[in-house]
Amino acid sequence: MPMNTQGRPTRIADNIATGGYAETTSGSKGLEQSEALIYERGSVEQCGVDLPEPKGTATRLGGLERKTELGMPGLSEPETMRHYVRLSRKNYAIDLGLYPLGSCTMKHNPRLNEKMARLPGFADVHPMQPASTVQGAYAVIGELAHWLMTLCGMSGVAMSPKAGAHGEFCGMMAIRAKLDADGQTHRRRVLVPESAHGTNPATAVQCGFTVDEIPADETGRVDMEAFKAKLGDDVAGIMLTNPNTCGLFERDIREIADLIHEAGGYFYCDGANFNAIVGRVRPGDLGVDAMHINLHKTFSTPHGGGGPGSGPTVLSDALAPFAPVPYVVLKDKHWELVEHEADAEGQPFGRMAAFHGQMGMFTRALTYMMSHGSDGLKQVAEDAVLNANYIQARLKHVMTPAFDGICMHEALFDDRFLKDTGVTTLDFAKAMIDEGYHPMTMYFPLVVHGAMLIEPTETESKSGLDRFIDTLEALSLAAKAGEVERFQAAPVHAPTKRLDETKAARQPVLRWTAPAAEEPIAAE
Amino acid sequence: MRYLPHTDTDRKAMLEAIGVASIDDLFTDVPEAARLDGLIDLPTKQGELQVERAMAAMSNQNVSASSVPFFVGAGAYKHHIPATVDHLIQRSEFLTAYTPYQPEISQGTLQTLFEFQTQVAQLTGMDVANASMYDGSTACAEAVMMAARVTKRDKAVMAGTVHPHYVEASKTLAKYSSVSIEVTEPELDSLDKVIAAIDENTACVVVQTPDVFGQLHDLREISRVAHEKGALVIAAFTEVVALGLTEAPGAMGADIAVGEGQSIGVGLNFGGPYVGLFACKDDRRFIRQMPGRLAGETVDADGRRGFVLTLSTREQHIRRDKATSNICTNSGLCALAFTIHMTLLGEKGFRQMAQLSHENACALADALDAVEGVDVVNDAFFNEFAVRLPGNAAEIVEKLAKVGVLGGVPASRLYPGQFEDILLVAATEVNTEADIEIFAKALGGVL
Amino acid sequence: MTTRYTEDHEWITVDGDVATVGITAYAAEQLGDVVFVELPEVGKTFKKGDEFAVVESVKAASEVYAPVDGEIVGVNDDLDGEPAKVNEDATGGGWFAKFKLADASQLEGLMDEDAYKAHIA
Repeated sequence: MPMNTQGRPTRIADNIATGGYAETTSGSKGLEQSEALIYERGSVEQCGVDLPEPKGTATRLGGLERKTELGMPGLSEPETMRHYVRLSRKNYAIDLGLYPLGSCTMKHNPRLNEKMARLPGFADVHPMQPASTVQGAYAVIGELAHWLMTLCGMSGVAMSPKAGAHGEFCGMMAIRAKLDADGQTHRRRVLVPESAHGTNPATAVQCGFTVDEIPADETGRVDMEAFKAKLGDDVAGIMLTNPNTCGLFERDIREIADLIHEAGGYFYCDGANFNAIVGRVRPGDLGVDAMHINLHKTFSTPHGGGGPGSGPTVLSDALAPFAPVPYVVLKDKHWELVEHEADAEGQPFGRMAAFHGQMGMFTRALTYMMSHGSDGLKQVAEDAVLNANYIQARLKHVMTPAFDGICMHEALFDDRFLKDTGVTTLDFAKAMIDEGYHPMTMYFPLVVHGAMLIEPTETESKSGLDRFIDTLEALSLAAKAGEVERFQAAPVHAPTKRLDETKAARQPVLRWTAPAAEEPIAAE
Repeated sequence: MRYLPHTDTDRKAMLEAIGVASIDDLFTDVPEAARLDGLIDLPTKQGELQVERAMAAMSNQNVSASSVPFFVGAGAYKHHIPATVDHLIQRSEFLTAYTPYQPEISQGTLQTLFEFQTQVAQLTGMDVANASMYDGSTACAEAVMMAARVTKRDKAVMAGTVHPHYVEASKTLAKYSSVSIEVTEPELDSLDKVIAAIDENTACVVVQTPDVFGQLHDLREISRVAHEKGALVIAAFTEVVALGLTEAPGAMGADIAVGEGQSIGVGLNFGGPYVGLFACKDDRRFIRQMPGRLAGETVDADGRRGFVLTLSTREQHIRRDKATSNICTNSGLCALAFTIHMTLLGEKGFRQMAQLSHENACALADALDAVEGVDVVNDAFFNEFAVRLPGNAAEIVEKLAKVGVLGGVPASRLYPGQFEDILLVAATEVNTEADIEIFAKALGGVL
Repeated sequence: MTTRYTEDHEWITVDGDVATVGITAYAAEQLGDVVFVELPEVGKTFKKGDEFAVVESVKAASEVYAPVDGEIVGVNDDLDGEPAKVNEDATGGGWFAKFKLADASQLEGLMDEDAYKAHIA
């Protein structure tokens, strides 16, 4: 009978060995594509956009035509797509897996947020259009402001800060403005816990204050005796994070607030950890005078590889009059923008940035808030705290929690469980990468040795948590069993191995440079 | 709730594993007085359809730039952004990625930032650029503070024709520092007053070109004077597309270039998020005093090229109270949009876009100049210029809006009580001949 | 020449009325790879305990304190291009600055080598 005899085996032969990690010619490995710089791929003659031909009419540039070379290559559209899709595949992402990053609140980024942000009435409007043509945009700002003030129990909010640290700056500027307005110009000392994130002291100094550090007690909270001893009539205020950077609720917070107020100072709260209490506790009820909110943390706006953020800052009655311009006000059902200090009712400390704030993040955050509602947001805080405690409870037999007792939305471990294994917190983190997880926050806060701060957020399922817990348990046991090399070499499965950060800092190369033209070899 | 994966069974099992009876047992540290009875007074959860309706209702109240003849500039510009850009920035691996602190799993972000930094340096004619700032105004403010640190002087001079928002942002950042800022009276056609204000105590002089009135300035003379006196020159810009046709700040003697990159890749977005550009000369005094993140090239353990965030000891999370700035975030996704758009354009497309924008502005200038009583003020501009009207510009802008034309920004909106007859108008490659005709006709009609 | 040590891990070697100051090998090891050293200007004067330099590794920046009162008469320019010298040769080629001593008696209060070894044990 006729047969199609072209051999096409349908399974691999038994004697073929498939182990090993062969180097390839192209540098790509299956779906993982190597990708050079645009400067090595494109050319200055290439362009991926079809623009109409310019008419070539006379210019009116006053003799200031550009003579300096640009040197920027272009790529056609298909090549551009390939370049960025290939690069994207070298990135970890929330949509791929868990980021257990303490104090970062890497929760799911809903796509409805993206759709709403792109509505033409939000995305395609200019901030300087006449007010009558952007009432809906002002309404978004006003509505979001209302949600934030209500969730926080505060009477004022500054919407213009462009990121969390910018919001910290706003809050501390309001405090400085208030103190100066009241003639309290001798008050220049700000109390900051040792465990605070570095932006806190940096911000205090930018506002002309000096920083006085308060130690933590053995439970990881503000040492009340030390705190009381530091009060004085030169105290401007305190900057606290609550829950604090150890993931613990400051039990004495009301007493701290009252004492600071009695001493003539103000209470700034770093809102990075708001996810633990949103919908359940209002910072205003804790005595807070100013708190920045990271919309990209608690309210799910995307991290985008490092930004943009948004840091609206809620303000108490005492500080609200000093809120910066611009802000929106509703007058007879019509929204108005107050842009100049002279037009403001209070005494704004100034303008923080051009235009009116991070509108693109406002639409996303408002969409998120409306989706959850007050009941959903309360559930967010509860599930976030539940998840962190679950991790702590299930790992404490093999890893070492830094403090005894329950935590809030993040669980802090130290490196005591790795003692004498030769494995450091850094090595442990890099081994997590091989297991398909982004590492947790490491070496922060500084008050604990080899800190590992784990925040799963509420959008992590129980099965996801169980898989994560099982992995960390296995890694801990492997470290204790002496498998040092595995940890010190990690990661081996990521797109790159460990990178030489020393070299990058000693010999900074911060851009591509055209290779120098080769010198002709002199004739002998 | 659709974003919360736990079932009641899950929650029960987890509470058991923790060893507590209810979720309230995990909130026992909250002071009694702060415990709420029931829900906070806000609407309860809504499905996608309801949320869409509520947001659309607000969006529909706004007049979008694409729906009418549009000539608004004054610091933000409407250019055409190819569909590919928005598609790519919505990829999960870009949109939902974190800051690249773990470089082995962030090479996508880091390589695109390295490419971005190179593009920004080339555009501005500088040696190095950072991985972006929040926006042009805060980049300008940070540049002033950097100049003070580098020169160890505390007087900054800003030209009155720098965008007032940039001036105010700088004043706010410097307010409680030892740095004082002097702003010279705005001159529409020279930098003489600014030059006269520079002395041996000046840390830096900040000038904008094209300035807020759209006027182009040659910075060579002011750079010469400033450098003679030991002061740094900070060149600001609000329209990055100008760099496709007009001289780069680095070629005119600027030490630091700061500006807004929004025109490329980002879109209007009612004012934010935008992308601040920050570039400077490779002077050894500068690199370690630069604010913001920096992506740098290095190698991995196998000798392969890779990229990392570097020179981090300038930053606040390490240097704390001695940091060069308190800035933590960059404008990540916006910087990515910028670099993708710039890659699609290449220098060929970028120059073309600049040429088209300028030609449309020239056509607009001719059309408006022809309207009775209207005069174009500038003799040299890129895509934005000032027109003098026979009436109050703010009122005229309102009248134009009522007849469906977004005809620019009254200068008095940026300078309260001044320039009340001056209107700032901008054109880009998106404007058509028909748009220009409608604008000129409408202007004639409302005067 | 006498060498003394401070509790903050600076060493000071005196030759006449000029003293060379740096950080100890122990300190350099604790810091990790040094990437940059910020040195003072020649001519500046410091009091004992003042911050006169900053030594940076990739992940940290540490202040370096003047062990004695004095005026800077020289700084180690090599460290600009080769900060690794601090790790490789902390007590030799990795020196930071030369001080002209204002008060030689201040040296008496500092630790000798044995005392420093006990301090870091």
